[in-house]
Amino acid sequence: MGIHRGHQARPVEWLAEKFIFLVSLSAIVMVFLIFLFVAREALPLFFGETNTALVQKPIPTADLEKLSPAKLQQYLELTPAQFAAMDKDTLKSLMDVKQEAQDEVPEEFRNDPDARINTTEWRYLVLPHQWNHYDKPEYIWQPVGQIQKYNIIPLLVGTLKTTLIGLLFAVPLSVGAAIYVSQMARPKMREIIKPTIELLSGIPSVVVGFFALLVMATVLQKVFGYQTRLNAFVAGIALGFAVIPVIFSIAEDALTSVPRAYTQAALALGASRWQTAWQIVLPAALPGVFAATVLGFGRAIGETMIVLMVCSASVMSWSIFDSARSITTTIAAEMAEAVSGGPHYRILFMLGALLFAVTFVSNMVAGAVIQRFKLKLEGKR
Amino acid sequence: MNARKHFRAEKFDFASFFFTGLTGLATLLILGILATILINIIANGVRGFSWHFVSTIPKKDFFDVNTTGVLPMIVGTTICVFVMTIFVLPVGVITAIYLTEYAANNSLVTKFIRAAVNNLAGVPSIVFGLFGLGFFINFIGKNIDAVLHNPSAVWGQPALIWASLTLAIMTMPVVIVATEESLKAIPPGLREASLALGATKLETILRVVLPQALPGIMTGGILAVSRAAGEVAPILFTGVAYYMASLPHHVTDQFMDLGYHVFVLSTQSPNIEQTRPILYATVLVLLLLTFALNLVAIVIRARVRKKLRALG
Repeated sequence: MGIHRGHQARPVEWLAEKFIFLVSLSAIVMVFLIFLFVAREALPLFFGETNTALVQKPIPTADLEKLSPAKLQQYLELTPAQFAAMDKDTLKSLMDVKQEAQDEVPEEFRNDPDARINTTEWRYLVLPHQWNHYDKPEYIWQPVGQIQKYNIIPLLVGTLKTTLIGLLFAVPLSVGAAIYVSQMARPKMREIIKPTIELLSGIPSVVVGFFALLVMATVLQKVFGYQTRLNAFVAGIALGFAVIPVIFSIAEDALTSVPRAYTQAALALGASRWQTAWQIVLPAALPGVFAATVLGFGRAIGETMIVLMVCSASVMSWSIFDSARSITTTIAAEMAEAVSGGPHYRILFMLGALLFAVTFVSNMVAGAVIQRFKLKLEGKR
Repeated sequence: MNARKHFRAEKFDFASFFFTGLTGLATLLILGILATILINIIANGVRGFSWHFVSTIPKKDFFDVNTTGVLPMIVGTTICVFVMTIFVLPVGVITAIYLTEYAANNSLVTKFIRAAVNNLAGVPSIVFGLFGLGFFINFIGKNIDAVLHNPSAVWGQPALIWASLTLAIMTMPVVIVATEESLKAIPPGLREASLALGATKLETILRVVLPQALPGIMTGGILAVSRAAGEVAPILFTGVAYYMASLPHHVTDQFMDLGYHVFVLSTQSPNIEQTRPILYATVLVLLLLTFALNLVAIVIRARVRKKLRALG
């Protein structure tokens, strides 16, 4: 290896190796950049720099000199970069605009307590609030209109509902199939069935969504006889379709990697095929099956198009036969209407960052579990 | 097999029989779901499918069954994915070369790279879309516009190039994993022979290892293409257009996409019963593009894996 003899000996080799190394770092750089740039767009929210209150006490333009720069920047809802680029006259005219906007607030909102609320404060994002004309505190996501309501709880409930239904449907099916394919089926069958099931992951999610919307929704409604045709149940089952190949593939790998000696010993002691699979192989492969489920969860929670096509109304309800709106759906459906840099835009990015964090953690957990599982099996061999 | 027969002869074990049947049923059900989706789409899709349909640029009202077509969507998706491969293949292949040929297996950097690749594979596709919007359009694109003093946004808006780059980042793990698999399948003896004959490590990689790994790299590329061609969420904010009167001419143009068109047709149609034939036909075209590619990749991969097993 030239590198050990000093890079003068083979400069091209040395350069190539450094270049290859640098390029291979791009995966790390990308994960870092994704987090950085998704979080960056959401940051003003965390620093309380967004204000949606319709009625604000305007600061007279003459007071420009008295305000601290930080306060002025917050009042005009500017980013530090925008603020730094502006001269005094621009700031003055912006303050005039702000004043005029206050004068134009419709009469009906002048005495509405809701109009004085900054709805992007944390307590309005996560706690129920009794809005004007409502009889009790409620969780409401309603980003349109004069008073925008950004409570994220209905979205979290919608996400959990569809994801859990998807997993409840997909986990037993795919783990059952994994047991069958890895333990019961003949090797010839196995070589056909495994790639066939993995083909399911080749169907684009927009096609699964289309199928759920046009065909499955009608069939399931006939079978179960519920009211709303498009609901969290249909979305969950369709999500299951998308998750099955993920869970099946990893669970099958885990079951197959259990040493043959285990199976043979159990069979030699008189256990049946099923007893061997259920009592010996499955417990040994349990960490792998768990990791498969966690990865399936990550896939389901991040799936966009299926839920977007099947149901989208954001109602706060735990019933699986009501509509549901997941986080991903909300981002996909509302980003086009959100004003770039506005509070709605920031909150959608915040939801994206939240989603990224959840999948990041579940990936890490699954990765670590699989790693330990492999080491354990190797150590025992 | 023998053990099972022997056991059954002594005493019929109902539990064994029942649960084996249950797992078999689960397998059948999954295969049934796959078959139902495919048969439903193919059977309904061929009716609306015609040469006219795939070769026509539709008028503004693409819900009209008689005059509609999907040519701009096919072209848009194809160009977008093609541009993506230009970016993702070199980066993915070089990363895989580093991981298999150069990296020390237990070093911290290697572990970090592997963890990053795994994570990238699990990031929700909509988050890639947000990233494309926040990074490529709002950061890189706006800065290019500022440097070039463009009077209106040229780069700082949704564009084909940004959609392609977003998809490239999303499909990077696919290329890396497939390439790594095929690199590992090459017998170490080949490398040793090359080195023993006086070739340097770089020469060995370029002239011995890479040509051998070509089928695997192709598989990775095909899988990436088939994955990207079906994805809608990442391009939603980064380049896709609801309607374009002409085909894209420049990388800063927006484009129409097959997957997005399926979404539009199935959720925004004024009369779903009337548009059903063109919807099915569009889905069929999309499936042909993604699914057929997937099938090819799976066959090649199965061969590579067989080779790997023969070695190990």
